Amino acid sequence: MSLYALCSILFSIGLYCLLVKKNLVKKIIGLGIAEYAVNLFFILLGYRQNGEAPIVDTYAAAGQYFVDPLPQALILTSIVIGLGVTAVMVAISVRIYEKYRTFDINEIRRLKG
Amino acid sequence: MVPLFVIIPLAAAFLIPLVAKVRQDSARWIANTGAWLLLCFSIASFWWVKNTAIVYSVGGWKPPFGICMVLDSFSALMLLVINLVGCIVLLYSLDYIKKYTSPHLYYTLFSLLLAGLNGLAISGDLFNLYVFLEISSIASYALIAFGTEAEELEASFKYLVLGSVADVLILFGIGVLYGRVSTLNMADLARSLQGISLADPVLYATALFLVGFGLKTALVPFHAWLPDAHPAAPAPMSAMLSGVVIKVVGAYALTRVIFNVIGITPLVSTVLIVLGVISMAAGVLLAIGQWDFKRLLAYHSISQIGYVIFGIGLGTPLGVAGGLFHLFNHSLFKSLLFLNSGAVEYATGTRDLRKVAGLSRSMPVTSATSLIASLSIAGIPPLCGFWSKLIIIIAAFQANHIAGAVVCILTALVTLASFLKVQQYAFLRVVDNVSREAREAPLFMRAAMIGLALLCIATGLFFWPFMESVIKPAARVILDGVRYAGMVLGG
Repeated sequence: MSLYALCSILFSIGLYCLLVKKNLVKKIIGLGIAEYAVNLFFILLGYRQNGEAPIVDTYAAAGQYFVDPLPQALILTSIVIGLGVTAVMVAISVRIYEKYRTFDINEIRRLKG
Repeated sequence: MVPLFVIIPLAAAFLIPLVAKVRQDSARWIANTGAWLLLCFSIASFWWVKNTAIVYSVGGWKPPFGICMVLDSFSALMLLVINLVGCIVLLYSLDYIKKYTSPHLYYTLFSLLLAGLNGLAISGDLFNLYVFLEISSIASYALIAFGTEAEELEASFKYLVLGSVADVLILFGIGVLYGRVSTLNMADLARSLQGISLADPVLYATALFLVGFGLKTALVPFHAWLPDAHPAAPAPMSAMLSGVVIKVVGAYALTRVIFNVIGITPLVSTVLIVLGVISMAAGVLLAIGQWDFKRLLAYHSISQIGYVIFGIGLGTPLGVAGGLFHLFNHSLFKSLLFLNSGAVEYATGTRDLRKVAGLSRSMPVTSATSLIASLSIAGIPPLCGFWSKLIIIIAAFQANHIAGAVVCILTALVTLASFLKVQQYAFLRVVDNVSREAREAPLFMRAAMIGLALLCIATGLFFWPFMESVIKPAARVILDGVRYAGMVLGG
């Protein structure tokens, strides 16, 4: 249960930063934190106390258990996706900076919302 | 056959930048050929499916362990929506996108978007669904910013922030489900979750999915990005965003996960109905005061997607069928309206309804097709929008949601008023020396608009056979709920 609570707290910190901060770069960092919280959550789901590396032949016979390998594979994919989203975000904020000469969201407000 | 829906657009997306180095012009033909092939396959898929599910195991790993792709009637309907609109929009782009620099990048991103959406519609694995969701999202972020003007970049950033919040929430939800039952295959999840109906973590995951996909669908408390993002994109892309993306990425994925994987409960059903009703009313009330043509259409998208979610949320056979039928119809007439707005902008250089006038004389095709689309969206009898709204309203009365039904009817009236305004200001009003020099749109743009208008009329006239052969089987998949598991895994 503490796993859910702690990851939710970290996630909320990232979400807060993404939604409330006025600076575009801080927003990007906030997204990073939120993504890492979810990645951490997945990895911890697969963690087993005293677990071994998941190589079936050696350990299954000996009655030892190993960590769940699936979340690790998923998180590799998820990190790459996160990289893609961050790259698009950074590219767009650079272009926004070229247009407005600022990263402050208060001064970038032509759209009504 | 199933993986072709991902392979064709993905191959097109990789081929275009390579070939465009040698011949700039070839990009658009590769993208268009790919889209036509996809359309043929998605029409053929109705014959392959026939009320069953075709399961393709990626890499030969059998379903509960490997990733699988599932083509059932619901997926087939979504594939038809994606590829039909995608195909027509690409035809329109042939002329429209010439005014931008480096059009081959547009076609690359568009093919990637098609790959993401098609993959999303046939995915049978929850994490795989997330990956395709991200592919289509990243492509649409880039396409919204395609003009690289200040407003477009700002709108794209806004969509990026809220879109990535949605993505992270969905991923978190997937994690919570995985932590509960240790599987990601959607059919296997449905089977494993049956015993433990809505234990705490599952309810938490449901809430995360509702917010995540609600953001993607732009249901009302989560709609702030849509009226900025959809008008900022190039017109064919707006048509794709409003006509297809919010439905596949939002409504389809939400329905699939809520109905077929977790299983619908009265609580979730109520939430969907309330969200749908609020979106319907708020969207249309915000729309009627708009003067920017595309912004007005974008607010109407929120309102119309409210009908879809309301119909599906009712959970009765008639309601779900009405919701899906409205989803299909909305993809036709809303794409057509966005293409019309693109044609108006192409001819006059402005989207402000107060600055254009009397276009019915100088642009007869645009004017006539937009009239058909406006009447469809307002729900005038022989056209397609009328039947789906009628079905949803009847279903609401049957299910004893009188308030919802009344909101449906009132929303339809306000929609009619707001499109009368569009017709009056842009097309019918005669004012001297305004928009006189406007010329009718080029050939391919006209062809695309006429095609969609004919489809609107045809769907309206032949709504009954269409209901029976296409919509009903798809509705049955949703209504079967978690029995989806048996269909995919067998037994």
